[in-house]
Amino acid sequence: MKLKLTQSRRDFMKTSSGIALAGAAPMFFMKNAWAEKDFVNNPGDGKSVTLGFNVPQTGAYADEGADELRAYKLAVKHLNGEGDGGMMNTFKPSSLKGNGVLGKKVEYVTGDTQTKSDAARSSAKRMVEKDGALMITGGSSSGVAVAVQAYCQEAGVLFMAGLTHSNDTTGKDKRRYGFRHFFNTEMSGAALGPVLEKEMGKDRVAYHLTADYNWGWSQEGSIKKYSEELGWKTQAAVRTPLGAGDFSQYITPVLNSGADVLVLNHYGKDMVNSLTQAVQFGLRDKQANGKDFQIVVPLFSRLMAQGAGENIKGIYGTTNWNWSLEDEGSAAFVKSFGAEYGFPPSQAAHTCYVQTLLYANACEMAGTFYPPEVIKALEGFEFDGMGNGATEYRAEDHQCFKDVLVVQGNDNPSSQFDLLKVVQEVPRAQVEYPADMLGGELGPYEKS
Amino acid sequence: MDALLLQLLNGLDKGGAYALIALGLTLVFGTLGVVNFGHGALFMLGAFCAVVMQKILTLSEKVKDESVTFFDAYKEVPYLETWFGETGTMIIDWSVPISLFLVIPFMMLVGWALERGLIKHFYKRTHAEQILVTFGLAIVLQEIIKANFGANPIPTPAPDIVAGSANVGSWFGMGDNLVYPWWRLIYFIFSMIVIFIAFAFLKFTTFGMVVRAGMQDRDTVSMLGINIERRFTIVFGLAAVIAGLAGAMYAPTLPPDYHMGMDFLVLSFIVVVVGGMGSLPGAVLAGFLLGILQSFASMNEVKSILPGIDQIIIYLIAVVVLLVRPRGLMGRKGVMED
Amino acid sequence: MKKFFANQWLVMLVFSAVILTMPIWLSPIGAGYPDLLQKFMIFGIFAIGFNILFGLTGYLSFGHAAFLGVGSYAAVWSFKLLTMNVLPAIIFAIIVAGLFSVVIGYISLRRSGIYFSILTLAFAQMSYNLAYSVLTPVTNGETGLQLERADPRIIDSLFVEPTEGLPLTNFFSLSLSGYEGFYFCAAFLIIGFFISLRIFRSPFGLKLRAIKSNQTRMQYTGFSTKPYLLSAFVISGMYAGLAGGLMAATDPLAGAERMQWTASGEVVLMTILGGVGTLIGPLLGVGIIKYFENIFSAINENVLMAAYSGLPEGLQHFLVTVSSPFVGEGWHLTLGLMFMLVVIFLPGGIMEGFDRIKRLLMKPFSRNKDAVESAEEGH
Repeated sequence: MKLKLTQSRRDFMKTSSGIALAGAAPMFFMKNAWAEKDFVNNPGDGKSVTLGFNVPQTGAYADEGADELRAYKLAVKHLNGEGDGGMMNTFKPSSLKGNGVLGKKVEYVTGDTQTKSDAARSSAKRMVEKDGALMITGGSSSGVAVAVQAYCQEAGVLFMAGLTHSNDTTGKDKRRYGFRHFFNTEMSGAALGPVLEKEMGKDRVAYHLTADYNWGWSQEGSIKKYSEELGWKTQAAVRTPLGAGDFSQYITPVLNSGADVLVLNHYGKDMVNSLTQAVQFGLRDKQANGKDFQIVVPLFSRLMAQGAGENIKGIYGTTNWNWSLEDEGSAAFVKSFGAEYGFPPSQAAHTCYVQTLLYANACEMAGTFYPPEVIKALEGFEFDGMGNGATEYRAEDHQCFKDVLVVQGNDNPSSQFDLLKVVQEVPRAQVEYPADMLGGELGPYEKS
Repeated sequence: MDALLLQLLNGLDKGGAYALIALGLTLVFGTLGVVNFGHGALFMLGAFCAVVMQKILTLSEKVKDESVTFFDAYKEVPYLETWFGETGTMIIDWSVPISLFLVIPFMMLVGWALERGLIKHFYKRTHAEQILVTFGLAIVLQEIIKANFGANPIPTPAPDIVAGSANVGSWFGMGDNLVYPWWRLIYFIFSMIVIFIAFAFLKFTTFGMVVRAGMQDRDTVSMLGINIERRFTIVFGLAAVIAGLAGAMYAPTLPPDYHMGMDFLVLSFIVVVVGGMGSLPGAVLAGFLLGILQSFASMNEVKSILPGIDQIIIYLIAVVVLLVRPRGLMGRKGVMED
Repeated sequence: MKKFFANQWLVMLVFSAVILTMPIWLSPIGAGYPDLLQKFMIFGIFAIGFNILFGLTGYLSFGHAAFLGVGSYAAVWSFKLLTMNVLPAIIFAIIVAGLFSVVIGYISLRRSGIYFSILTLAFAQMSYNLAYSVLTPVTNGETGLQLERADPRIIDSLFVEPTEGLPLTNFFSLSLSGYEGFYFCAAFLIIGFFISLRIFRSPFGLKLRAIKSNQTRMQYTGFSTKPYLLSAFVISGMYAGLAGGLMAATDPLAGAERMQWTASGEVVLMTILGGVGTLIGPLLGVGIIKYFENIFSAINENVLMAAYSGLPEGLQHFLVTVSSPFVGEGWHLTLGLMFMLVVIFLPGGIMEGFDRIKRLLMKPFSRNKDAVESAEEGH
């Protein structure tokens, strides 16, 4: 006979509360354990619910994290019926009422991921164990997203990913309790391919510099795949260490390699540095194989564009969302964010804001905070009015499918925020891929 | 062949930069006996001098962009351009070289204040305590910069006239394939000059002689009635200025952000230790050795044989050098060995 | 006072009592929840081990995080390949970290002073860089090594039916998340502390201290210091491995960042902050740094508003404005300031502060005796 060795969460809660009683440990565990419907941090009859905003506050992505936090605060305001409501007015079909979630006022706790998996998980655990958070959201890198998502599955708490672009988040490492609104490298490749063909032609030789970790490889893979479909050749794909600072030793060989396109699969500071230095080497003004040398940065953000300054001009890439979009939802969001903080939101802010609203809406739809029901409400949910056109949370992998923006560094910005020009809104159909393509396994609804 | 020459050029360039960045550290090690974990922060402060200078020069009249209604977006027209036209544009363009005039007095002041206010009390303390206090200092400086300038890198371009690459090959009649960025060549020459001046200063002036004597035996020098304390202050100030210059000139290559000092801290320590504690020529030699080998290790041909070698080459060299030469390339016996 | 510390059983009793009641006395300051308590224990073990090397011999390793990282990887692999029971995982973690530290220690200990520090730093950075990139098949790179449902788990597969989700770690049917995990780690901390106490007071510890005070003289007397140094290095490496193993046991994930130089630097800072070479000091350092990292970083404006809520509104806003740069995203600033203040005013770390308070309190009672004592101790 086989035993069932692993304990169920219920057992765990019971033993915990047993110990809590014996050791007179803090009250919150008892409260949860005795609540009628049994799930972690059940708000029960309480008047409020707590969400956990887990963003990078120190380290390279601190500015992005600060912007995420601004968006979350705005979302909480709107959910509680304060302010102008932002996307609550354009989001449809919406079950949100502007009186909190399921009649409970939304409150939040914050934490610092430091863009490190361990710190991010510790911070998420604090929110769940100490602060009673019902849902964790945020983050600015895929490593952190995957790590926190895995924890949330264990803990039985929903995770609404922030900025994470690696395929793995909703591929190899997907989880039942994790959801991603942001796009991924596969979609970047699919969206960028046709634009590159149109702007640069079919006969190109590409040289990749790739950040040497999962996301970089994932990005390199998808750009290679889609550019080679066009007939491009890949001259070389060179891995560069994360945080190299000076990339000159990797850029030097590009000069005489015979390539005429440089693809920088870097993000954040790495991207700012490698692009600045590539331009310093004169690559943007170079001629190769009788053509203008081109640089491509598959994943762009406005904050990075700001860091790269003049060097970004004319360079192609993709982005999840940009504040200059003129659809109803984007306008409503930019308006209320701008009024609140005096400048436009970044794509990270946008995805975080949307994620919070989507979670709240799913709770309203399910009529409960009970995670398995909320998950079912989110799975396959189709909506519009959130800035990316008609969007679907695919049930099979918890990835949002929506339009992807191909952007170009603006040659002649009309203001300090006008850094990216939207070249094309690539329709959702073009970036969709079969759900089983990236592998992975969601796992069970009920906490084991 | 061209590829090899280019990488050699790149290695020299990196080596010069490494040596310059580490120079202040080795000075403070060698003369004051202080393990300065705040060195990277001084480098970062220098880079932010360039940022500040650029911000001052580009103080702008803000022309509102009327198409944006939800918040205030401006197109910035710098006053210098409005007032002086072309000349103004040129001044802005040259903000990084101009910033050196800010770097020198500012870093001198910072160095003086730190030495008098903090470092001086730690000459006789253990290395562990020196590490803790200077690390704390580095964090504080870093956080002050972050609070004022944010965490995002800030672009600080070099003058337009030196943008792009120089055709180095044609200077030596070796064809057109050997091109290298102007700014990096300038940085290399700049670093050589600064290193030479620092070296000459310590080697050939009375001041330098006294400081070197003080390094050997502080008490005796003090007994001779020489105010060694004051000279140590000047040495620390000098180290701060050199770190600052290295940072400001590096800004066009590496858009400054508040964390850049920490990123270069480990590297500077390795350069200094591989060179041998307290040895200026050692640091320069180590800089070149590390730079050139790192460049070669990053070549695709090398990486295909030894995957990942470029990621660890710096540390590998450090291990090999320290095992072969116990005190680094040119270290003296007894310095920082306990 | 002296007599009390002389009796090690009494010390252990008090120590255990203090540690085991942490969930109670730490909750008023918001630190009494399982994850942070576990982190206190785990990093406590790490720092105690580090202190055996640094505190006793004066050899400052800047690469100890590598052993912790290797320990975590070993433990997670044991979960993946053998069983979710943490016992073999922890044993593996200690053994692998021990072997790793034999190699690195053997090479690095050929040098002393800063040269030794840089050698350990170099080895740790190499481990980190390789784990992050080229060794991804073994370490799963940036994401970190995780459990998968399809893992073989050879031993478990014989006895346990697979669960629908990922299995949880256990210590024979005891789950290790939550407070159980804390008590489990606490047991190891108490054992680790006891061993360290014995080492500090053993002839072995005495020899290590002698090496610290004058290695050359020891060598002149024909005494070979290397085996002693290497033993200390390996012991502290095994402590780090144990910490890494426990980290994986309470949270089955192992990431490369654990081996970065900043992680090694953190344990150095913890030890110096608390007091190098003291038994309790490193634990205090751990407590303070981890508290800042987890609690101070989480204070936002709302929390501040609530904290000052009893005050008049104007004052409340003023205080919130004044304090907010030091909390939340500014927690690094406070930490940096504290490092500086502690080391400026308390050479010898926080333990020195306690000593001073102790002396101040004792003075009125036994003026003469204590004055003589402290003069002898040469503080």
